[in-house]
Amino acid sequence: MSTVDQAKNAAAFIDDKTHERHLDQLLWMLRTKRDDAARRVPEWEQLRDLASKIKEHTLSNLAHYLEMFESRAKANGVTVHWAQDAHEHNQIVYQILSDRKADSLVKSKSMLTEECDTRRFLENRGIQVTETDLGERIQQLDDESPSHIVGPAWHKTTQDVANLFARVYGSDKNKADPVYLAHVMREHTRPLIEQAKAGMTGANFAVAETGAVVTVTNEGNADLSANAPALRICSVGLEKIIPTNEHLAVFIRLLTRSATGMAITQYTSHFRAPRQNGEMHIILVDNGRSSRLGMEKFWPSLKCIRCAACMNTCPVYRRSGGLSYGSTYMGPIGIIMMPTFDIRRYSELPFSSTLNGSCTNVCPVKINIHEQIYAWREVMEEKHQFKLVKKEAMIVAGKVLSHPRLYRMAADSMETSLKVLPRFALYNHFNAWGRHRDIPQPAKETFHDWYKKYRSQAAGQEVSR
Amino acid sequence: MQVALMIPCYVDLFYPEVGVATLELLEKLKVDVVYPFDQTCCAQPMANGGCYEEARATEELFIKNFSAFDHIVTPSGSCTLHLRNKFTAAPDSPERRKVSASVYDLVEFLHDVLRVREFPWAKFQHKVALHTSCSAIRGLGLASMSERVHDAKFSKPKNLLEQVPGIDFVDFERPDECCGFGGTFSATEEAVAAKMGYDKLEFIGKSGADYLVSSDMSCLMHLQGCAHRLGAPLKVLHIAQVLNGVAQ
Repeated sequence: MSTVDQAKNAAAFIDDKTHERHLDQLLWMLRTKRDDAARRVPEWEQLRDLASKIKEHTLSNLAHYLEMFESRAKANGVTVHWAQDAHEHNQIVYQILSDRKADSLVKSKSMLTEECDTRRFLENRGIQVTETDLGERIQQLDDESPSHIVGPAWHKTTQDVANLFARVYGSDKNKADPVYLAHVMREHTRPLIEQAKAGMTGANFAVAETGAVVTVTNEGNADLSANAPALRICSVGLEKIIPTNEHLAVFIRLLTRSATGMAITQYTSHFRAPRQNGEMHIILVDNGRSSRLGMEKFWPSLKCIRCAACMNTCPVYRRSGGLSYGSTYMGPIGIIMMPTFDIRRYSELPFSSTLNGSCTNVCPVKINIHEQIYAWREVMEEKHQFKLVKKEAMIVAGKVLSHPRLYRMAADSMETSLKVLPRFALYNHFNAWGRHRDIPQPAKETFHDWYKKYRSQAAGQEVSR
Repeated sequence: MQVALMIPCYVDLFYPEVGVATLELLEKLKVDVVYPFDQTCCAQPMANGGCYEEARATEELFIKNFSAFDHIVTPSGSCTLHLRNKFTAAPDSPERRKVSASVYDLVEFLHDVLRVREFPWAKFQHKVALHTSCSAIRGLGLASMSERVHDAKFSKPKNLLEQVPGIDFVDFERPDECCGFGGTFSATEEAVAAKMGYDKLEFIGKSGADYLVSSDMSCLMHLQGCAHRLGAPLKVLHIAQVLNGVAQ
């Protein structure tokens, strides 16, 4: 697949003014709610420290905790599978379903299954898959990927949803009312949940000590997906393991406060064993995680608990929209994760950042996100995943700026050329700076020349040219 | 005290008056200022773009020009951050480490090293919106950041400006959100950069500020370009110009 041009996609998102403004204001509100929530917890920074250290410890002893989890889960009556990559994961899911002649599946939101493109895999094999998270269902009906890992359809306005439901369900498109729209969705989705042969969820955490998986949700759809059908499948990324319930408490306190400013969600559900007369399968999925764990600079992104605080605070994400990244994970955390999946396709993402550092400072598990973004840029250069024109500009800049004499010549000619060029020559599509901004006017005299004229003799300095 | 003055490339070319104000201000404070003549740039543009190979020679030149000095001062938070924390394109050497250990942003040099608490020659009777760069806030710690809600609130640039009689500080929304400059980002992702700049200007515009003052001219260069394009010319000043008392 070709390289994602995030900058170009973002420009299109901005051009359509409604959505950019809507998303910026919605997410900034969540950022301020996060601040308020953190303010009400005096030990907030200690919690972040603790969470970071728990993750670091668990990731450093991952094999131990994974094996503990597997044995406890098995003892609870759960069937545990291991999947090395997305394809193997999807095969396992399909095998479980087809062996039991289950042709319909309801699932709650899971970024891991997005990562594995599980829905498409199953649909291509004749299985009806229904997303039950409202936002994810909206995106499914609109044939779009999630644009945000917590609110998959947050880039859409209520009117967008009303239009979509009118098209798909024949509801009233003039009623752009969230309550009405939620009822429309409920009426159409509930029967699918009741009839489904199997249910699937992801996991926010997997507790090694108990062998339980934990989901943190608001709509109750994960509980319905997990409990309504007798057959239940849960996909878990390897990095979701934490040692004990005591550790879980630290993350529960941080997760929703960081995500939306809520102290806790409506449902924090622990699933430990199959329901009566039912079956429960847990698939532990690697899909690149163990090789990322071996990357000296980039392993810390495995600490991520998917709260999306980095996305909400990111000034670039808020103005670009999540779809612009063309990836499963987007925004700051996406920038540092996605190149581990496909370095060529996501080679431009590390440049979609001003390196302002806000993401790092809201991250509840203290991932040094903006430093990793910077480090990825160097990797892209090393691996030659670099636009040629940018590379050439950098070579010229590097040459000029390392030779004082060349630099002075360039300074003189820039002053002259910018002064004599007519406006149309300055502002054209070759000049990215000038598309939305005026170019600064070069001074009549550089500081260097001023100093030479007024100060160098007094300072007794040699003039270098 | 002897200080080597580092003038960022964009200040040299576009805002020499900021360089002059920095020099004059340091001289007023009885500092012996040396301007190494063969200086060009800190190499941040290339390094920030991921191009270490291209940054190396420029960093080596910087080391050659500046490693003899115990204090290097520059009116730029972003150049300071590069020189202090990201100055790794040139091979490691005692000289390179000395440069990183000796560099100061003008604000922190005045505030923490010279501990200047008065500017008797300056006055500035205007409504001022103070913009502090992300490099200065989250990189150098020159001001508290909104993300760290339990930290004590402080701002070193504001502490300095408060010593200038007449300034009426105005508040604006999202004061420490990035302005959108971001170095090479401002060209590679120009649409988002400009939108961030426009939004910043909208917030500042609502505050009723007469002047936008910052210790980073690169943010101001970007914001000024946005303001001109929007037909809402904005008066911008570097903090050195206000503290030096030339702008009144």
